[in-house]
Amino acid sequence: MADTHSGDAFVEFERVQKSYDGEVLVVKDLNLSIPKGEFLTMLGPSGSGKTTCLMMLAGFETATHGEIKIDGVSINNIPPHKRGIGMVFQNYALFPHMTIAENLSFPLEVRKIGKSDREAKVKRALDMVEMGDFGGRRPAQLSGGQQQRIALARALVFEPELVLMDEPLGALDKQLREKMQFEITHLAHSLGITTVYVTHDQTEALTMSDRVAVFDDGRIQQIDPPDVLYENPKNAFVAQFIGENNTLHGTVKSISGDECVVVLDSGEEIDAMPVNVSKVGERTTVSIRPERVEFDKSRLHADAHTLKAEVLEFIYMGDIFRTRLRVAGTDEFIIKSRNAPDQTRLKPGEHVEIGWLARDCRALEA
Amino acid sequence: MSETGQNTGQNGLVLAADGTPLKKSLARSLRVEKLRALALIAPLLLFVLFSFIWPIGEMLFRSVDNRDVGEVLPKTVAVLKDWDGTSGELPDETVYKAFTADMLVAIDAKQHTKLGRRLNYETSGISSLFRKSGRKIKKLDLETDGPFKEALIKIDKKWGDVETWKAIQTHSVKYTDGYYLAAIDMQRTPEGAAAQSEDKRIMMTLFKRTLWMSMIITGMCVLLGYPVAWILANLPARSANLLMILVLLPFWTSLLVRTSAWKVMLQQQGVINEVLVWLGMVADDSRLVIINNQFGTITAMTHILLPFMILPMYSVMQTIQPTYLRAAKSLGATNWTAFWRVYFPQSIPGIGAGSILVFILSIGYYITPEIVGGAKGVFISNRIAYHISSSGNWGLAAALGAILLAVVLVLYWVYDKIVGIDNVKLG
Ligand SMILES: Nc1ncnc2c1ncn2[C@@H]1O[C@H](COP(=O)(O)OP(=O)(O)OP(=O)(O)O)[C@@H](O)[C@H]1O
Ligand SMILES: [Mg+2]
Repeated sequence: MADTHSGDAFVEFERVQKSYDGEVLVVKDLNLSIPKGEFLTMLGPSGSGKTTCLMMLAGFETATHGEIKIDGVSINNIPPHKRGIGMVFQNYALFPHMTIAENLSFPLEVRKIGKSDREAKVKRALDMVEMGDFGGRRPAQLSGGQQQRIALARALVFEPELVLMDEPLGALDKQLREKMQFEITHLAHSLGITTVYVTHDQTEALTMSDRVAVFDDGRIQQIDPPDVLYENPKNAFVAQFIGENNTLHGTVKSISGDECVVVLDSGEEIDAMPVNVSKVGERTTVSIRPERVEFDKSRLHADAHTLKAEVLEFIYMGDIFRTRLRVAGTDEFIIKSRNAPDQTRLKPGEHVEIGWLARDCRALEA
Repeated sequence: MSETGQNTGQNGLVLAADGTPLKKSLARSLRVEKLRALALIAPLLLFVLFSFIWPIGEMLFRSVDNRDVGEVLPKTVAVLKDWDGTSGELPDETVYKAFTADMLVAIDAKQHTKLGRRLNYETSGISSLFRKSGRKIKKLDLETDGPFKEALIKIDKKWGDVETWKAIQTHSVKYTDGYYLAAIDMQRTPEGAAAQSEDKRIMMTLFKRTLWMSMIITGMCVLLGYPVAWILANLPARSANLLMILVLLPFWTSLLVRTSAWKVMLQQQGVINEVLVWLGMVADDSRLVIINNQFGTITAMTHILLPFMILPMYSVMQTIQPTYLRAAKSLGATNWTAFWRVYFPQSIPGIGAGSILVFILSIGYYITPEIVGGAKGVFISNRIAYHISSSGNWGLAAALGAILLAVVLVLYWVYDKIVGIDNVKLG
């Protein structure tokens, strides 16, 4: 999906393609421009080409076709060590034979920065990640989360304008991951660094990024801020990949403006918003977020279409209730409702009618 | 912050849940594991004990064992104790009588020639003295033929030489450092330890040569092996396997065959010289001398020991992830800096392991120096072999071997101090 708001673009991919073996294109026609200071996340399933893109940007792989520019300058022929890009690797790649302080001092030494300056910068970087006391240790003597922070500090210590991170939190447990997510975004924004972040964890992508690029099959399927991505997925892949979605299949019966009526395969009719459908009679997949489904009839339009549903399962999850229903022939229809004093708790076996606002139900391509 | 939540005893010892010191209960829980490990290695341990440690101990004992004189001439040794050799006077009749008595027993048991051979290591000529006089002493009668001083001197005037008796006295102790002195070009004289006469000095030269050439061989192996190991570790698996077979190929032919092949290559009429002459790079009458000298030994041994260097280096390099190099480059290091500061230090354990292996193998090497080394290229091990199989001086061979062992241990210790043994990785 072409994304052209250049001008203030700091990093630009122009029609970039990449093939490792000369047979399969791993990256197909990638166009992407990242403005200065943005936190961009590349999100996508395994093997979709995220790491490959990052490696091309860092200079460890060459693009088979197309051009990559940083600050308007093509970097295709600049060797990795001259690109000045900070990088955090998935396994941290902290040098095991050096202490933490030596690890951090390494990029400064190769830049021929004086000793006292170096020490000051190393100390500042260590303090920044709250690891000031660990300078004398070896990487193997640190926990996963601590190593991660050192890797981050090392990528930032030489003050690069662009930082790349390839699934840096993959090895951490949930709690630490959430803490680090916050710390990384906080640091990146306060230092004003442009960040390209790779993950296949969609929560991580949504919570951290200014914009998320969803990769699949070597292409960017959609690139948008998290809220837009979540609420207005442009195609069925994105809808499925980002967050939880209920999908139903049917045919478009009528379209009027930004509302349409879809006849489901079970024969029932629902209201939806046409996104990737334009003709009456077209096959479509509609997708509805579990938290946008209403089962309280009084909160729906009087003339809204409703579906009959049978409650199969009720799961108490603390902050929310998760109810599984049988709707229009599928047993996997989920409703999420907030745990509030006045909230109805549905019981298995109960029959209800469900509905939604037309704009919450997106009619996508089949 | 370490104190919080831990039980601490009065004297600062950390206590386990049941109140015993933590260290102690840890040791207890580890003991069972240790015993189990011990049981698993017990068969090998026993095997090594009987087939390796014990014979080596036996050998080491031979290097100081000197019971021959005392066993063959017990009475003589007892009375010789009181004789002062430095006075320049011959021992008195009691010694000669005791000696004759001892010799009569020894000649019956055919022990006297062995004793002569033993004393001959220290003072040449004694062997034939014992052999020749033996026949005549046999005819003497202990009761009737005294005084024995005159009788013996009549048999051979060497029995009237103070030096002969000094030699017997000097070497009558049960344990001797004589073999060790001989191994470092010295000798035990009645006056104490002294340097060996100049024309007989050879051991120190051989020791120095052995160490020096082993170092050169190790260095050559590192230089030649490192790039190969690096390529092996960085090639895709298929090509790496092929290359690995080439590296291991020498193991498929016998050592003797490989060394002989070098002989064919290096001779003055050999392949290398022929080719060089044919190319016109050396004149026919000034062919290169590249065998029967140190060059021959170094060349052949470097080739033969190279796989022992490559294999440990390869196995260490294999574990160095390529992301380290990438990380270094992304941090601004050039290819060379990335290699030198990041890759090379991590490959040192491999170099260390390979070097120790090659060095230790080469200082004990025998066959290759023997075949291609000539007089200038032989090692101390060739000397040891000579004393074991030709001269029969096992004591000296044992002393040489023990010194070699000590050198290896010292080097090992030095290496541990400098590089750290835990830095050695064989896989
Ligand atoms: N060095 C390589 N040689 C050949 N093919 C490769 C190489 N590296 C990656 N590929 C292929 O390129 C495709 C994309 O790989 P890439 O590593 O970019 O995926 P990814 O999106 O980072 O996946 P993941 O989330 O699992 O890390 C995959 O099909 C992979 O098999
Ligand atoms: Mg990846």
